[in-house]
Amino acid sequence: MKKRDYYLTVISLILLVIFLYFADRYMDAYIVRILNLCAIYTVLGLSMNLINGFTGLFSLGHAGFMAIGAYTTAILTLSVNAKAQNFFLEPIAAPLANVVLPFFPSLLLAGILAALAGFLIGAPALRLKGDYLAIATLGFAEIIRVIFTNTQNITNGALGLKGIPAYTNLWWSYGIAAFTVLFMVLLINSSYGRAFKAIREDEIAAESMGINLFKHKVMSFTIGAFFAGIGGGLLGNLLGTIDPAMFKFTLTFNILLIIVLGGMGSISGTVISAFVVTISQEALRFLDQPMDLGFIVIPGVAGMRMVVFSILLMLVVLFYRHGLMGTNEFSWDRLINILSFKKPLLKGGKK
Amino acid sequence: MEMLKTDGITMQFGGLTAVKDFNLVLNKGEIVALIGPNGAGKTTAFNMITGVYIPTKGKIYYKGKDITQMAPHNITKLGIARTFQNIRLFKDLSVLDNVLIANHLHIKSNLFEALLRLSKYKNEDKKMLKKSLDLLEIVGLLDVKNEKSSSLPYGMQRRLEIARAGGRNPEVLLREEAAGGMEPKETEDLREFIKQIRDDFDLTIFMIEHHMQVVMGISERIYVFDYGITIAHGNPNEIQNNQRVIEAYLGVDDNA
Repeated sequence: MKKRDYYLTVISLILLVIFLYFADRYMDAYIVRILNLCAIYTVLGLSMNLINGFTGLFSLGHAGFMAIGAYTTAILTLSVNAKAQNFFLEPIAAPLANVVLPFFPSLLLAGILAALAGFLIGAPALRLKGDYLAIATLGFAEIIRVIFTNTQNITNGALGLKGIPAYTNLWWSYGIAAFTVLFMVLLINSSYGRAFKAIREDEIAAESMGINLFKHKVMSFTIGAFFAGIGGGLLGNLLGTIDPAMFKFTLTFNILLIIVLGGMGSISGTVISAFVVTISQEALRFLDQPMDLGFIVIPGVAGMRMVVFSILLMLVVLFYRHGLMGTNEFSWDRLINILSFKKPLLKGGKK
Repeated sequence: MEMLKTDGITMQFGGLTAVKDFNLVLNKGEIVALIGPNGAGKTTAFNMITGVYIPTKGKIYYKGKDITQMAPHNITKLGIARTFQNIRLFKDLSVLDNVLIANHLHIKSNLFEALLRLSKYKNEDKKMLKKSLDLLEIVGLLDVKNEKSSSLPYGMQRRLEIARAGGRNPEVLLREEAAGGMEPKETEDLREFIKQIRDDFDLTIFMIEHHMQVVMGISERIYVFDYGITIAHGNPNEIQNNQRVIEAYLGVDDNA
């Protein structure tokens, strides 16, 4: 790395920490919550991008992994009293009733359980390709949701869980988001990451390069599931309430939207797009309200935002398929070029 | 020394016999060609040797070891590399990445050692990079190492594929060339290039080749396929004068 880039990176990280400190202390709860969501969606987007964007596996099972993560952390962090209050229809299964763990081990366990589920579903499902894999993983997510709706004495069924301690704060969510970014950068730039990309580009050629397709696919899928579980855990302890209906396909769709907009196969694209999408989902809330355009009055339609987002996704896929970043990554050179309105150097050009 | 041997391999797809009783022997250092009209089963034969298809009948031996049932990536690890008719580069990745990927199978560090960039991985990574750059130098692509591989002209893509094959440390190279027009100069270059890589990488080469000047110029032995059956086998001279080969290529004269 160039010295200038090194300083710029350190400075922006310090600025981020100062900003977080400021936001944590002085900003109102609504904004802090949106900031938290941005970081959580970064984690979720990166985990999905590893599977779909870098390894080229069209998986739609993300909501399932998140559900596993969210329920694991929620059940492990709920206090004994809160558990008794929640499970009034049927008491919670005995060993879980008295288990209360701190946040970090709960999150870790959430990730591990989600990864285990990823491994178990991945081993058979990853023999499928393309659309078939998408259908199988979509089915998996639905199965998880139905199971969680019916295991009354473990997940409290359709009633959901309330009063989950709000452990997720800016430090947790941004700390984990930063760790995830670092992890992905190290992974993608290692020999294993290159093998993932080779599988995305051409499976037959990758196999003839001596890459064990199955092993690497399962590896990528399991790591993706791990971070999805952690993201789900963070989300549960941010919102304070979870129920199975939260983990429907729309949740997977939201994350898919982030990675497609940001660029399938770009870490920085996912980070940028996670912020853009999360913030605009809040900023565009006025679309759900009744609107008076002077000559016409549009009645408030709940879900109008999602219509706008769906149209946005269609436009991206039609006209701008590579998303914001394509498979490129952020670099200071590029940013400085954009900021100073310079044309980027032609390939092979000398400075 | 016998590198590769097939013992009567046969491939049936439903009622269609794509390859029937193919007996191949490859000795170390040889350049052997497989020729035949379109649809004769040449690519199927390659697919059986590389493990993409498991033969319906027959056995394949590599250095005396039975590899008939092995998975493609394991066959590659043993030392049989393959290039494709339609090239199959990793199009979106750089030239250097394409070659680095071919070295991945030699990586012994596990995922965590790679993630934490422990010295074991770092050493392997350094070795891998040096070897890849050497390979690119041999095929003359060092100057374009950071270009996207799909942006290279056709001839360079072919060379890149050879460099990529070299990354796997193969002892046997199965080389598949697409039929296509070539100028006399290019034919000459290709002949030289094949001999050069045989010597540089110490290879045994088995190739599907459509350019007769190339085939006749450098092959030591030739197998000829027609409708999946080996109709002839011999040195270039014998093949050129073989009546069945001439018929397969030119058709039978009805008036004769």
